[in-house]
Amino acid sequence: MAAAQEIPLNFEIEQFLAGERAKDLLRFSTAGSVDDGKSTLIGRLLYDSQNVYEDQIRSVTKASVNRSAGAIDFSLLTDGLRAEREQGITIDVAYRYFATARRKFIIADTPGHEQYTRNMATGASTAELAIILIDARKGVLPQSRRHSFIASLLGIRRLIVAVNKMDLVGYSREVFERIRAEYSAWSAHLVLPGARPGAHPSTYFVPLSALEGDNVVDRSANMPWFEGPSLLEYLETVETGDGSAAGAFRFPVQRVIRPDQDFRGYAGQIASGVVRPGDEIYALPSGQRSRVRAITTFDGDLAEAFAPMSVTLSLDRELDLSRGDMLAGVEEPPSAAAHFETRIVWLNERPLDLNRRYLLKHTTQLVSARIVAAARTDIRTLQSEPVSELQLNEIGTVEIETSKPLFFDAYESSRGTGSLILIDPETNATAGAGMIVKAVAARPLRPSGPVTAVERRARYGHGPAVIALGERENLAALLERRLFDRGCAVTVLRQPEEAALSALHAAGMIAIALGPEADLELASDDAAAASEIIERLFAEKWETGGGI
Amino acid sequence: MHRLSHLQTLEAESIHILREVAGEFQNPVMLYSIGKDSSVMLRLAQKAFYPAPIPFPVLHVDTGYKFKEMIEFRDSYTAQIGVRLIVHQNREAIDAGADPFRLGTSKCCGLLKTQSLLDALRAGGYDAAFGGARRDEEKSRAKERIYSFRDARGQWDPKNQRPELWNLYNGRIDPGESIRVFPLSNWTELDVWEYIHAESIPVVPLYFAKERWMFERGGSLISPEQSIIPRLPGEKPKLVRCRMRSLGCSPCTGAIYSDADTIPKIIEEIIGFRRSERENRVIDHDQDGSMEIKKREGYF
Repeated sequence: MAAAQEIPLNFEIEQFLAGERAKDLLRFSTAGSVDDGKSTLIGRLLYDSQNVYEDQIRSVTKASVNRSAGAIDFSLLTDGLRAEREQGITIDVAYRYFATARRKFIIADTPGHEQYTRNMATGASTAELAIILIDARKGVLPQSRRHSFIASLLGIRRLIVAVNKMDLVGYSREVFERIRAEYSAWSAHLVLPGARPGAHPSTYFVPLSALEGDNVVDRSANMPWFEGPSLLEYLETVETGDGSAAGAFRFPVQRVIRPDQDFRGYAGQIASGVVRPGDEIYALPSGQRSRVRAITTFDGDLAEAFAPMSVTLSLDRELDLSRGDMLAGVEEPPSAAAHFETRIVWLNERPLDLNRRYLLKHTTQLVSARIVAAARTDIRTLQSEPVSELQLNEIGTVEIETSKPLFFDAYESSRGTGSLILIDPETNATAGAGMIVKAVAARPLRPSGPVTAVERRARYGHGPAVIALGERENLAALLERRLFDRGCAVTVLRQPEEAALSALHAAGMIAIALGPEADLELASDDAAAASEIIERLFAEKWETGGGI
Repeated sequence: MHRLSHLQTLEAESIHILREVAGEFQNPVMLYSIGKDSSVMLRLAQKAFYPAPIPFPVLHVDTGYKFKEMIEFRDSYTAQIGVRLIVHQNREAIDAGADPFRLGTSKCCGLLKTQSLLDALRAGGYDAAFGGARRDEEKSRAKERIYSFRDARGQWDPKNQRPELWNLYNGRIDPGESIRVFPLSNWTELDVWEYIHAESIPVVPLYFAKERWMFERGGSLISPEQSIIPRLPGEKPKLVRCRMRSLGCSPCTGAIYSDADTIPKIIEEIIGFRRSERENRVIDHDQDGSMEIKKREGYF
């Protein structure tokens, strides 16, 4: 019981408190299918690390009379609401707290069945690590893949694949190894559209029995063949932190603090990076420069502050700043765009609608937004197809246009300035959760010099292409319309000449060429052919210079 | 090395929440129960807006059955830190003699706390109300949002809560609706005490052990402070060394036997106990899932 907070005989409270002050915090999420034993695992973690209260155990023993379980049904320690106790399933994100001698933990316990992608995404959004539970008897199920996908989507960089119920497969090493191989083979292909190379989460595999306690807190005597740390040992020692302090300085202004004429400060939580008095910053959106004069807190001025601290900054030069503005380091300013590409999880019963206006909350600002194009991602195949709506629990990639430019970073590099939510202005429901990929129409802070191919690509969201369609005029018109509606820079050329084509190519546009040549074998139906072309255009990642 | 301790992380998160609410709502108020969590919440509010004063008032729903020491502490501490205090009582029910022994604890709480709170929020026209509840207190609170949506009647629907991702809170409401905000959601009881210790935050002396006159009933210690407590035949208060683990109305909040007269001793006691802090509140024993029922009706 190395982990548990037992009170030794020579307990010294001051020593204990000093230890407490040194503890950091690890937030992780759990996901598993209904019968994977997730609640049992969490109950076991809480119980074995002595974080369950006696009266809770008593009340659980009372409540579990109707359920078929052993002496203590650990799952009842974590199942909260009456409705779910009646149904015998967890239906929402529940947060649990426990501590060991080394670290404090917050668990976002999320339900596993398919219709609750929404909750899983919610739980993962604040987690640094995710535990994926797999039933040893069943192996890697579509659910396991879904959980892994959502964890990656929400930017979780560390996964633990916990192969549970090892007691029911005779603690078999072969079963564990087979599952590990199967999962690894699948996850090698788990790369999100537009993801950087190397963005893959690191994965730790551990065989365990939550019911019997094997490898949960203590290493299992039943599985001497497994030499890795137990689940809790791993959680206690894994490196924490989302790396936000290492990023470029970003400080969304929450509020102007002005107690009197002598003090004007900007209150906010540092989204990424480090700041010191004297640092030069941009104030966005104005683009004005100033220097940090002081970092003010209730406990005195600081010589340095870093993400995720909440502080108040005052500047050398008084600028006209308000809530929703951002202070950023001058070396690496954020992207600025009112048209950008975002991965999205749809959270509401009312489907995403391209014809409706949404409110968008990003950092501390609320703006009006429209979704101008959407594609749905199939979690099984990781393929995307253009759609006009997304349903509850569907995942996709969308292009969003906002009423004014946002200052952001790609979600992959900064959760704080790369995340957004969409709010339905009619119902006020939180309808979508977005993770920004990149600007579609970039507005560099101070553009100068000739327009570059990179700038064109950033504005259009695609690179140049020529599509020769032979004599299919109707198809050309239809394809032009569909690409144009997606925000592409596209035109149809009726008498394609080499000079015209290369000018369009240099301009970064898509040219649809009518004439004797056709370089594609296409369906005879125009709509089907157009879909096929669009799919190929967008599947073949223009960023790499490929494409048709 | 840029790393925050768990308390620093929690503090930064709570301050962010307090500032978001002050930035997004027209008329927020902070519910102030005088307990240790409220003390922490007030300190975080001081920090969030420093060097400016706290930009919203604090509201105490006074049932009339609170311990005298709580009321004394309330009045002196709020005056000391310069925050505006509003006290609300359900005068009608109190004058009609509402008491937990005649009405039962549920009905008494319903009138003096829940109803009174809803009336106070309506009277003040508050669109956001901070509460000091923590998710680790009770099972039904484990799923509570940080921004908890309440309909125009102040009620909570556990099946219709807004998804809450990252630190992007959705504060959009229609007229009459409101949001309850829980900046201490992710704090545990131990975190609260460690923070009080680290920051030297004043708390009501009832939390510290001393000899107090108490009725000893079963395993519970009930204060004789209120005259409404029915006496059992021959029963007399005894002098017991005890303290309160959580504060509420004196007839319905049991004390615990304790020697802990300093904060480090309280912390030592908590890590030794394996009992959740709500257990010594008589009110939660009415029926299984009683907290959830209260919350649906509008209780904090």
